[in-house]
Amino acid sequence: MRRFALLLLILLSCSQRRGGIIIAGSTSVQPFIEKIAEHFMEKYPEIKINVQSGGSTAGIQATFNRTCNIGMSSRDLKMDEQALQTVLIAVDGIAVIVHTENPITNLGLEQVRGIFSGKITNWKELGGNEDVIIPVTREEGSGTRASFEKMIMGEVAISDACLVQDSNGAVREIIATTPQGIGYISVGLVDNREQTVAINGVKPTLAHLVTGQYRFTRPFLLLFLEEPQGDAKKFLDFVLSEEGQNILKSDGLIPAREINVD
Amino acid sequence: MKDKIAENILLLIAFSAILSLLLITFFIFQQGIPLIFKTGLHNFFSISWSPTKGGFGILSMIIGSLMVTAGALVVGIPFGLACAVFLAEFSSPTIQKTLKPIIELLAGIPSVVYGFIGIVILVPFIRETFGGPGFSVLAASIILGIMILPTIVSISYDSLLAVPNTYREGSYALGATKWQTVRMLLLHAARSGIVAGIILGMGRAIGETMAVIMIAGNALKIPGSLLDSVRTLTSTIALELGYAAGDHRAALFACGSILFIIIIILNIVAIRVTGRK
Repeated sequence: MRRFALLLLILLSCSQRRGGIIIAGSTSVQPFIEKIAEHFMEKYPEIKINVQSGGSTAGIQATFNRTCNIGMSSRDLKMDEQALQTVLIAVDGIAVIVHTENPITNLGLEQVRGIFSGKITNWKELGGNEDVIIPVTREEGSGTRASFEKMIMGEVAISDACLVQDSNGAVREIIATTPQGIGYISVGLVDNREQTVAINGVKPTLAHLVTGQYRFTRPFLLLFLEEPQGDAKKFLDFVLSEEGQNILKSDGLIPAREINVD
Repeated sequence: MKDKIAENILLLIAFSAILSLLLITFFIFQQGIPLIFKTGLHNFFSISWSPTKGGFGILSMIIGSLMVTAGALVVGIPFGLACAVFLAEFSSPTIQKTLKPIIELLAGIPSVVYGFIGIVILVPFIRETFGGPGFSVLAASIILGIMILPTIVSISYDSLLAVPNTYREGSYALGATKWQTVRMLLLHAARSGIVAGIILGMGRAIGETMAVIMIAGNALKIPGSLLDSVRTLTSTIALELGYAAGDHRAALFACGSILFIIIIILNIVAIRVTGRK
């Protein structure tokens, strides 16, 4: 009998716990939202936030079928996904990165296309050392890959011979340890273990992103199935507040409030 | 009466295991097979995999899976068998008591740790010694070969021990040396156990996902050499499932169905081989 009472108590306390917010989607947006969520939960300890990654497409799906309260996407919505409400929280650049010892620090757009389509296979062809190029790409369905294909590759297909990794972190890890490697990740996630390559002479720095000189940028969106309310609304307000936007800025993104909406 | 109840409960539990197997089988095929017929067998077994643009060819992944599995066996069988023979026939009881648990400990290491060791040590070593990206068929084969060692060693060891001592005595009485006895008699007598160990190891190699994703590079192109990157069926499923929707998701289940069929065929072959005396 006592055991039964205990069980009942546990069940009750579970059901009484306040429901939190589940946020799911793009692996590119996830680390930034996670950081903001930590600050948010310090301020509102009663609201628990659970941030899950899985990719933009998964985030969009999850928002549609209500498995998460807020979706994250690092690409614009497609025609059949337009029913969702989107809020732009920041703009991110896609940086092409190479190993720190690689002498190549500038590439033309056509050269980047040549590398990832498999036409250019040796660093010597680009004025570097006599060594094979090891291009690393993201998997099918990734928001970062979709943006890279759209903005940089254009009509040219990414070669089958590229290595495939399933997160920004995994690509970064390979580039940091592979002298012949080249890959692309979110600008905000570049650290000092690899270096960025200027494209047509423009480095992906924050200044160049803000002025629009560096063209390879994409939106970071939060997605809602209906007008955000309650805890979700509180979180969205926090992300768009000065505090939230400053967190994004300090991590190398252009916060939405600095972008001229015209 | 009580006996009857216990018996029935046990029966029920036994059947629930079979039931879950049936459910899994049904679910995978039900999700995957319609897509295979929709794309057509010819397209499905082609090399164009671009699921977000309607290309569902999985041939390069099938070849990739078979290549790394074969590679794992090439690495795992000689070392595994040698180890089992040494433990069972040539070593003292003290060595047996220390070595066997250590080898079995290999099975307890999580596969992500194998993958990590592969990235940190093996991949750079292959890249610097042999060239290429380092993330390669060779790296995956070596790591998988080590991963299947404990399975091959312990099952082969047990089946060698199970060979009656009278066989050995008979062999020595005919003047055979120890090595001749092992080579001509014991390996034959223990054959079915050894083959079973190899098949189980093969099952682990073909199904392994995490370590392979980390060290095989996952390039879609069919590898032209051992130093090229390779993509397996399991890593495709794990890499892309998070993003997949609609036909893409169905295509991953179709990969799972094919993997399932390959494993069933392997097992049937194994049973045939071990059954033939």
